[in-house]
Amino acid sequence: MIKISNLQAQVENNSILKGINLEVKAGEVHAIMGPNGSGKSTLSKVIAGHPTYEVTSGEISYEVNGKYNDLSELDAYERSREGIFLGYQYPVEIPGITNITFLYESFKALCEHQGADVMNEKEFRDYVISKLPILEMKEDFLDRGVNQGFSGGEKKKNEILQMLILNPKLSLLDETDSGLDIDALKTVANGVNSRKSKYNATVLVTHYQRLLDYIKPDFVHILYQGKIIKSGDFNLAKELEKTGYEPFLKEIN
Amino acid sequence: MTLEKKLEEDYKYGFVSDIEVEEFPKGLNEDIIKLISEKNNEPQWLLDYRLKAYAHFLTLKHPTWQYPHVPEIDFQNLYYYARPKSENATPKSLDDLDPELLATFEKLGIPLSEQKRISGVAVDAVFDSVSVGTTYKKELEEVGVIFCSISEAVETHPELVKKYLGTVVPYTDNFYAALNAAVFSDGSFCYIPEGVTCPLDLSTYFRINAKETGQFERTLIIAEPGSYVNYLEGCTAPQRDENQLHAATVELIALEKAEIKYSTVQNWYAGDKNGVGGIYNFVTKRGLCKGDHSKISWTQVEAGSSITWKYPSCILKGDYSEGFFYSVALTNNKMQADTGTKMIHLGKNTKSTIISKGISADESENVYRGEVKIMPGATNARNYSQCDSMLVGSKCGAHTFPYIDTRNGSSIVEHEASTSKISEDQLFYLESRGIDTEKAISLIVNGFCKDVFKTLPLEFSVEAVKLIEMKLENSVG
Repeated sequence: MIKISNLQAQVENNSILKGINLEVKAGEVHAIMGPNGSGKSTLSKVIAGHPTYEVTSGEISYEVNGKYNDLSELDAYERSREGIFLGYQYPVEIPGITNITFLYESFKALCEHQGADVMNEKEFRDYVISKLPILEMKEDFLDRGVNQGFSGGEKKKNEILQMLILNPKLSLLDETDSGLDIDALKTVANGVNSRKSKYNATVLVTHYQRLLDYIKPDFVHILYQGKIIKSGDFNLAKELEKTGYEPFLKEIN
Repeated sequence: MTLEKKLEEDYKYGFVSDIEVEEFPKGLNEDIIKLISEKNNEPQWLLDYRLKAYAHFLTLKHPTWQYPHVPEIDFQNLYYYARPKSENATPKSLDDLDPELLATFEKLGIPLSEQKRISGVAVDAVFDSVSVGTTYKKELEEVGVIFCSISEAVETHPELVKKYLGTVVPYTDNFYAALNAAVFSDGSFCYIPEGVTCPLDLSTYFRINAKETGQFERTLIIAEPGSYVNYLEGCTAPQRDENQLHAATVELIALEKAEIKYSTVQNWYAGDKNGVGGIYNFVTKRGLCKGDHSKISWTQVEAGSSITWKYPSCILKGDYSEGFFYSVALTNNKMQADTGTKMIHLGKNTKSTIISKGISADESENVYRGEVKIMPGATNARNYSQCDSMLVGSKCGAHTFPYIDTRNGSSIVEHEASTSKISEDQLFYLESRGIDTEKAISLIVNGFCKDVFKTLPLEFSVEAVKLIEMKLENSVG
């Protein structure tokens, strides 16, 4: 679904990603782990097309209708329309726009791009309401400003709600577990697991092993100083839990 | 499209019409005032009024309390009167207007000719110093509504003009009110008879074309008991490197149970991105809720002018009268705005509402200044004010100066204020959900301004939204 080769990226002349190679296939769940500052969040933002980051070398190719395309050709909104979803670590607040209006505008943009009929606002609202129980969210969420005054947990749930509605092919979830208590974590994991299928893929970015107890990854990668220094299966995460990052970093240094 | 090209195209009203004008010599003195009065065939009382105002003006100094820096204006180096030459032979109908004038207004989206005129809206078109024509006059006359230029009203309905002119904004009010009273050249006059709901929206479109010319127009709207009128105002000017002065006075009078809604979309040329050129928009607008249960509402979208300095206000004299002020003021590049309102509560059970939304971008400065005054007789008066500012980028400024003066213990005055910032992160958040940049800006700004936009007539609100989006497009991200 996505092939990343020798990806290098910088922000304000600070090189952050220094040659990432990664392939994610449909149906897979990947976890990208690593200590703070290793470039995990940058990687997900670069894939989503954040304008602050400059790709200096390498390529991200992404499959659209069986054909691989260079993602650098696409703006962030076009990437979203092609099925890439970024779940934010710190979702921003946007006062004045209600959550439901935001969701509808987003949903409409995706439907129109795909040439699909767009349901009307009433139908859409009902559709969104049908998804709320999965995340244990209440209807009044929909009529509040986007993330405005939401607690940390509510913001994260709101991200997952958007993912459920937009039904992306590739979900990049950046530190989705941070700031969640254990009940909220289970609820959010539930949301992610509820749409696991052979047609889509999920990349979890986390520096914490905790989330992986609830969303089991097929592959685990350790990112350090802008490079993937080790890849493995779920056992790698278990090993990490026991030893911490230290032994892996030593290997490199 | 390159960015430069885009910037150039941003102000699509910046063209100059090739129209021969008759100008009075530059400068401000009694002779010029007499010439203006003579040109308009004015009665002696009006000339006397002008001269008294001018004598008072001479005693005044330019104010300094405002926030924007106003460069010194040489009042002797301005033309006070410019009139298209073709207007000298008074045209019989709008179709006989100078084709260049018709073309100008058509280009501005205000077709005047009989066949093309906008349905549902009667338009008074003011070009430089004179009103060149008013549409739907006949239709309005049938229900007794008078809608014409103020110079025409002075000739045809002198008693009404004499009774109300200067009663809401006396020439002693402020520096520019004195100047306007001395040299006003034209403007619109509306009179809605008792019990009549004006069947059409009334609208004045102001166009400055001539160079180095000040525009000083005067608008007077009188709503007799139980009447209703919806009034719209639009303004544009060519793109020029010199600053131009627009100093208007607007007076509204609402008698018992009458209601006046006054909406403005102000899009004067605002200067270029370095702050060169643009209109100085120094306007005094005030409404008097004279009768009990009368209502006046001001809605303004201020998106142009290099300096905007105005406070559309309400004097709530009648018991149970209500005043409303809804404002969106947008500044970008090096624009400066100092705008807001005054709500003066005199009558019992009077109510006022203020909703102000300021958006500042680039290196602009945006000020809300408002006064709520509850006088001793205004028992049970209520005011609610909400002033929100939005910053786009980090070099602009937003300032709020609310003055509250309560002299009656039974009144309730509420004031809320907030400041927020439209950030690249907000934009990226929306974009990463498939919403393109333009739509993303429009969603954020619309969300911010919706309480004001919803008070505008539909076609105006569509125009306002587009105008704000266009202005902000280059400022964000």
